[in-house]
Amino acid sequence: MIQRTPFANALTYGVMIFGFLLLIGPFIVIVSGASQTIQQVNAIPFSFLPQDRLLENMGVAWARANLGTAMLNSFVMASLVTAGKVALSALTAFAIVFFRTPLKGFFFWMVFITLMLPLEVRVVPTYAVAADLFQPVRLLISAVTGFEVSVDWNLLNSYAGLTLPLIATATGTFLYRQFYLTLPDELAEAARMDGSGAIRFFIDMLLPLSRTNMLALTTIMFVYGWNQYLWPLLMVTDPQYKTTMMSLAALLPAEDGTPDWNVTLAGSLIIMLPPLIVVAVLQRWFVRGLVATEK
Amino acid sequence: MDKRAAFRSWWLPSLFALPQIILILLFFYWPAVAVLRWAFTLEPPFGGAAEFVGLANFQEVFADPLYWNSVGVSLAFALCGTVATIFIGLVLALAVDRQLPGSGPFRFLYILPYAIAGPAAGMAFRFILSPERGLMASVNAVFPEFWNPAKYGSHALILVIVVFAWKWAGYTFIFLLAGLQSVPRSLIEAAAMDGSGPVRRAVDIQIPMLAPTLFFLLVIMMTEGFVGADTYGIVDRTTEGGPNHGTDVMVYRIVEEAFRGLNYSGASAQSLVLIGLIMIFTFIQFRYIERQVHYK
Repeated sequence: MIQRTPFANALTYGVMIFGFLLLIGPFIVIVSGASQTIQQVNAIPFSFLPQDRLLENMGVAWARANLGTAMLNSFVMASLVTAGKVALSALTAFAIVFFRTPLKGFFFWMVFITLMLPLEVRVVPTYAVAADLFQPVRLLISAVTGFEVSVDWNLLNSYAGLTLPLIATATGTFLYRQFYLTLPDELAEAARMDGSGAIRFFIDMLLPLSRTNMLALTTIMFVYGWNQYLWPLLMVTDPQYKTTMMSLAALLPAEDGTPDWNVTLAGSLIIMLPPLIVVAVLQRWFVRGLVATEK
Repeated sequence: MDKRAAFRSWWLPSLFALPQIILILLFFYWPAVAVLRWAFTLEPPFGGAAEFVGLANFQEVFADPLYWNSVGVSLAFALCGTVATIFIGLVLALAVDRQLPGSGPFRFLYILPYAIAGPAAGMAFRFILSPERGLMASVNAVFPEFWNPAKYGSHALILVIVVFAWKWAGYTFIFLLAGLQSVPRSLIEAAAMDGSGPVRRAVDIQIPMLAPTLFFLLVIMMTEGFVGADTYGIVDRTTEGGPNHGTDVMVYRIVEEAFRGLNYSGASAQSLVLIGLIMIFTFIQFRYIERQVHYK
């Protein structure tokens, strides 16, 4: 810049450091609290100095909340949700953008309207569907033919139940749609002239071209999948399928029990780490995905 | 917005879209229809077919002072959360956008809280802003009862808003920084030549040019505050709606009423009101975006 602005520069640094304290400060409190003894963590005033008991506290938290199983389940769940979303939304967007069919608008609006139906407002009936997946089918059959069929399949306490209802996604579909719309028309035209069909065009041209989009979508969807709270809470009663977000409750010290917040903080830290690593390491892709999905 | 060279087939695109459409029908539309049905019917307490009761469920909901309490709490939560996140994001983005030496790491760090799940952040803040330990205990030692979210509803509400703002400030920061970087450099330099300092330029050039981004974030954050997945998680893991319904946001009340109170009809009526609200937000957002973004 062409100006010398020492005062404004000092102010800028002040603001940035204040922002650092505000947004990163809590992480510092969590890490130092998690590395202290129970006396230190409850001391007034709180000491920001990290001590040497971090791994020990993490170990206690790991055993108390059975985090081994929970971390594995969360990882499986987040990966399945991510893979499903990345694949299905690519297919749907392809159908919406590259075909001339009257159904196109129908598909688009079907996906669009789901934006207005967040889980919290349809939670009971969605749970009912998951508990009895073929209920809609059965009702349809008995309405049409008059026969009562008895097939049922419930998704409670299973990876399918944890992931399937979360896989349908409007934002992912729109991310691909938007990317496909920026591709020149000549691309599909040239492919057609060379005699390629739609499927070959999709596999040989579109998929390689959307690699960056897929990576961006993967990062945000992994974080999204890992951080799911309400749905696993309803779907899972069997401790074998518990996810990390459900273990949080087990980590909280009892109201009149020992206030071992050092263990609680250490456990929360373990649970926070995987998405934190994804965002820190793949930040470029994460930010890109974030900005692109909201457009 | 049609592609000129499109493939011609009706069954192929249907096949491609089928998996997603099936999931949407099963887990979005079928439940949505159930919500609609339940909102206008009532199951008799001792079994039997649900009977149509018209608007009675809505009348019952609207007559409940606790419902209006949850509306007020949600409104306060969403409004304060939105203003706080946008304000913090804006100030930080303006600072980082000056690109002074050493500002790179800050830009990287500010985004990190966004990776944390609302409930996990809520647990951590239960300690950080606890009245008996953590950071606020020292203040309470000097001024007793200055801060006690376990006792005062207003303090609890501030607590959940702080958690929300902490997590989402990095999000608004990303968008506002991206917005600032698209302000033409020549404009800023011309203003600097005319002798305006950084603060004046921020107020008179940068912030007005950010108006579309700010508006967009306003709508997004309001939606997030009312129905975002984090809102439920934060409240459930931090204050559980209490004390004395002080943090009983609308989504929390719906889920509680449905799963603990088993009052499906009442919960569904409340859900419909909320869906109407989201429709308004989404409509505003989509209209605005279609006008702003031009494909190709």
